[in-house]
Amino acid sequence: MKITYPHMGTLAMVAEQLIEEMGQESVTPHRPTRQTLALGARYSPEFACIPFKICLGTYLEGLDRGADTIVSGGGYGPCRAGLYGEIHRGILNDLGYDPEIIFLWPPLKKPVDFIKKVNLLKGPSSWFDLVGIIRRAWAKLSALDELELLAQDIRPRELRKGETSRAFNRGTAYLDRARALSEIAEAREAALQELRKVDLDEEADPLKVGIIGEIYVQLEPFANIYVEETLGEMGVRVRRSIYLTSYTKHDVLSTKGDLRSKKLAQPYLPQLIGGHGQNSVGDVIRYARMGYDGVVQLAPFTCIPEIVAKSLMPHLSREYNIPVLTLFIDEQTGRTGAETRLEAFVDLMEQRREKMSSVEKLPAESRLSYSSAL
Amino acid sequence: MDGYLGIDVGSVSTNLVLIDEENEILISLYLRTRGEPIKVVQEGLKEIGQELARSPVQIRGVGTTGSARHLTGVVVGADVVKNEITAHAVAANLIAPGVQTVLELGGQDSKIIILRHGVVADFAMNTVCAAGTGSFLDHQAARLNIPIEKFGELALSSKNPVHIAGRCSVFAESDMVHKQQVGHSTEDIIAGLCDALVRNYLNNVGKGKDIQPPIVFQGGVAANVGIKVAFEKALKQEVIVPPHFAVMGALGAALLSKTAVKKKQGSSFRGFELSEFEYETSSFECQGCPNICEIVNISMEGELLARWGSRCGKWDSLVETAL
Repeated sequence: MKITYPHMGTLAMVAEQLIEEMGQESVTPHRPTRQTLALGARYSPEFACIPFKICLGTYLEGLDRGADTIVSGGGYGPCRAGLYGEIHRGILNDLGYDPEIIFLWPPLKKPVDFIKKVNLLKGPSSWFDLVGIIRRAWAKLSALDELELLAQDIRPRELRKGETSRAFNRGTAYLDRARALSEIAEAREAALQELRKVDLDEEADPLKVGIIGEIYVQLEPFANIYVEETLGEMGVRVRRSIYLTSYTKHDVLSTKGDLRSKKLAQPYLPQLIGGHGQNSVGDVIRYARMGYDGVVQLAPFTCIPEIVAKSLMPHLSREYNIPVLTLFIDEQTGRTGAETRLEAFVDLMEQRREKMSSVEKLPAESRLSYSSAL
Repeated sequence: MDGYLGIDVGSVSTNLVLIDEENEILISLYLRTRGEPIKVVQEGLKEIGQELARSPVQIRGVGTTGSARHLTGVVVGADVVKNEITAHAVAANLIAPGVQTVLELGGQDSKIIILRHGVVADFAMNTVCAAGTGSFLDHQAARLNIPIEKFGELALSSKNPVHIAGRCSVFAESDMVHKQQVGHSTEDIIAGLCDALVRNYLNNVGKGKDIQPPIVFQGGVAANVGIKVAFEKALKQEVIVPPHFAVMGALGAALLSKTAVKKKQGSSFRGFELSEFEYETSSFECQGCPNICEIVNISMEGELLARWGSRCGKWDSLVETAL
């Protein structure tokens, strides 16, 4: 089998390893480009969301490079993503492609289906081999997440703009080449070392922003107009509500999802509405309680779960006293427009922080009216 | 005398404002950008330079804002380059201390800024739709053969505004044509259009925003009394249009430059001579990786001033030395 799959952040590096170690050929997707998106948008329904369009573009590029099989994760719940595989299949068939499409559902939801599909994918390797393969993949995934977290910490304090991102890219390249557990451990250390070498402003006290919203636009920098790097280089320490390892634990190896956020969302949105809508509601509260300076909600244009979550944002923002900026993203979204909004949002948070620290010096009663208004 | 210069280069207009140490406006210019941001900035500076030949003012700081803020910043040697949301908020706060809501309608942008205790607390900007901005009004005025300056007054003379579908500017236009064809008067249609734009703005950009008085209405469209009155009707509150409504972004940039130069040694301003310099921009696609970034070069008198546009930073090194 020659397998291709969507490009979502650092996932492709791990997927490539998994596939190759199972004895299959990986047609590894590159980071989506404007051409990928243009290609996907051309054959997608106009109001399909941007993850749909980018994935379709990635599949088409992979098929033209000789892939005969597409593997993708499945969602459940009423979000359109649950139906993506079928619509993608229909479009690809209309275009004259007839790939095998393997749509993986969370194993605990459909265990038999999952085992059947894995059996197909694992090819000649035994189930015993698979244990080792998965362990190595998990080691790499964890190392990549660790690298991302460190990069998010140091980027706002770097002295030379762009240095963190360059060190991060060198580091992920080391990990990309590592396969054995010992190699992965060594590459991880070398990669972290690259990041630790970046010269920092030790005095800086960066603003803290939580990035929330739909998974694909959160994880794939091309899809979110590089919001993490952009904010980081504006001096903001970011955290995402989703990392690949936490997602695997909450949503792949469990059927429950991220319980922290779901519990917090309960009083406002007591039911699943598909996608990450309920998570977004809970995540705002979570970041507010952790003392973050703001939240950026990333939402694909026309994404219903995120639209529902957005309509709760003004209320949550007031009740939990945390600024929220929502960015709706589609293929028309310009980088300049997003940058303008992010810049203004950073100004807002900075001024707010200054005001808040001056409020603390006010007498108690005026402090109350002041901070509730901010 | 000391002065601070603010330049706001937007899609439709380019505005320059010169203020003194007391924040009094000495000169303000409102020019059409016409797709040539550098040229129009040079023209504006030339005009101000000539004006100042008679009453010399020492330029102590320069700020740029608007969609061409980075480009203009490099061209003039700005001390501060700020986004237009912050610039508008700063200016509104000066003109109307205690302002809590800023409604801003520009050429292709519309935004709402919520302030509390002089600090921006929330904001929004139109994203996927430009209905209800200045360009659209311009276009409709031209189509109805009404000078844009008369548009507002005419709207006010209407007794029975008609309902216009204002969600999308293309459909709004076909709806207006239809209303004309069934015999509604021009003023009723124009008044209906003003209502529709305001409705669209409040349902779109203003959605979920806590609109509290005092409310300031600024940007080029604030010249239109029809829109102002439509806002007052919809919000059931007084809406203030400041005297320098059209150049508030530039005023904000000037004010911000004042703060910025306090932290550095003198201004980076290239001087009014720059209106005589030869600036050139060019672009190319970097083929270094699949990102295929569009790289833009800006040169002055044949010497490369700045370069930007790459994701990886490979081409950016010059920007740092230039700024």
